[in-house]
Amino acid sequence: MNTLLTTLTAVFAGIGRAQFFLINVLAALPAALTRPRILAQQVHSVGVMSLIIVVLSGSFVGMVLALQGFRTLVRFGAEESLGVFVALVIVRELGPVVTALLVAGRAGSALAAEIGLMKATDQLSAMEMMATDPLKRVIAPRFLAMLISMPLLSAIFSVMAIGIAGGHAVGVSLLGVDDGSYWGQIRASVEVQDIVDSLIKSTLFGFAVAWIAVYQGYHAAPTSEGVSRATTSTVVLSSLAILALDFVLTAFMFR
Amino acid sequence: MVNRSLEVLVGFFICLGIAAIFVLTFRVASLDTVGSGTDTYRITGQFQNIGGLKQGSAVTLAGVRIGRVTQISIDPHTFQATVHMTIDRQYDNLPEDSSASILTAGLLGEQYIGLTPGGMPEPLTDGSELMLTQSALVLENLIGQFLSNMATQQE
Repeated sequence: MNTLLTTLTAVFAGIGRAQFFLINVLAALPAALTRPRILAQQVHSVGVMSLIIVVLSGSFVGMVLALQGFRTLVRFGAEESLGVFVALVIVRELGPVVTALLVAGRAGSALAAEIGLMKATDQLSAMEMMATDPLKRVIAPRFLAMLISMPLLSAIFSVMAIGIAGGHAVGVSLLGVDDGSYWGQIRASVEVQDIVDSLIKSTLFGFAVAWIAVYQGYHAAPTSEGVSRATTSTVVLSSLAILALDFVLTAFMFR
Repeated sequence: MVNRSLEVLVGFFICLGIAAIFVLTFRVASLDTVGSGTDTYRITGQFQNIGGLKQGSAVTLAGVRIGRVTQISIDPHTFQATVHMTIDRQYDNLPEDSSASILTAGLLGEQYIGLTPGGMPEPLTDGSELMLTQSALVLENLIGQFLSNMATQQE
């Protein structure tokens, strides 16, 4: 009973601390914009370094969707609608979600580990000694970089999955769906609102992943075990947050 | 020098992302603005049954999209569905006695409104109501009719 109470208190304390931390980080964000060089460095390590995995996964997800969709659609004689199937699934759901999961695993964990290690080796304290706010110098640029990179990566993922490397390659070149009807059907069914919703989704996912990664790193126990635990819980918590958030957002957007 | 290549990579990444967003909006989504711009006029029509017509469905003339459905409501007096449509201003010479019917694209496709021009010299204007309307085909009713016909034939 007592241990349960302690655990609960600890969970609530963690959530509360994360809120205050978020407010502090948000307050430090304008400072990140005044240091474009550091921001560029972080966009490189979060965005550019995730590019290859996002491009490759996008292509494969698109190919699989086209193969699976074709099998079902052909039973109804509706294989010309393959493009719509792939495009809607990718733009509305898989684009933002899979990209966010990949980035959480690829960049979110790296962020948490890096910040946690900085803390463990007293680099953050050293910065404070030199009157440099680590929130402004270390945390805010990483947070902002994640926020910028996520919608861009998601858009690249979607284009790869729908386009000539993914669904289009399998659907048109392999399965023989007509090229014109592939694009024509997509254009007739996908609306600009879908694209806007997709970008909103991925931006919010970016926000969630950035918040969790940065918080876990900054509040990691300053030991090697603490850093490893922070990395693990970043991936676990962000994946859960992404999927739960996706449910809520989908319920709001596609009524 | 290392810094320079980093900047190039980041710039390339940002441009690639923005290009992807553009491809999505222009190549994947249709920037089909017929009937949604400001240069339109509104007409209404009353239907017995609108079937699967939705807000945003197309309004066509001879198969060409000239407008869209903006609102669907129930008339409290006649208990019929009132469908509000906006038509592009460039098609402002439709005869006043044009009729509207709810059609289906393909056998199970989306439903849309097809206008058939009448013969009167006065054109439809903002706020006019279509006199002649034809409801959507409801498959269940059609099958019911078919079955009752079969029954009477066998007697």
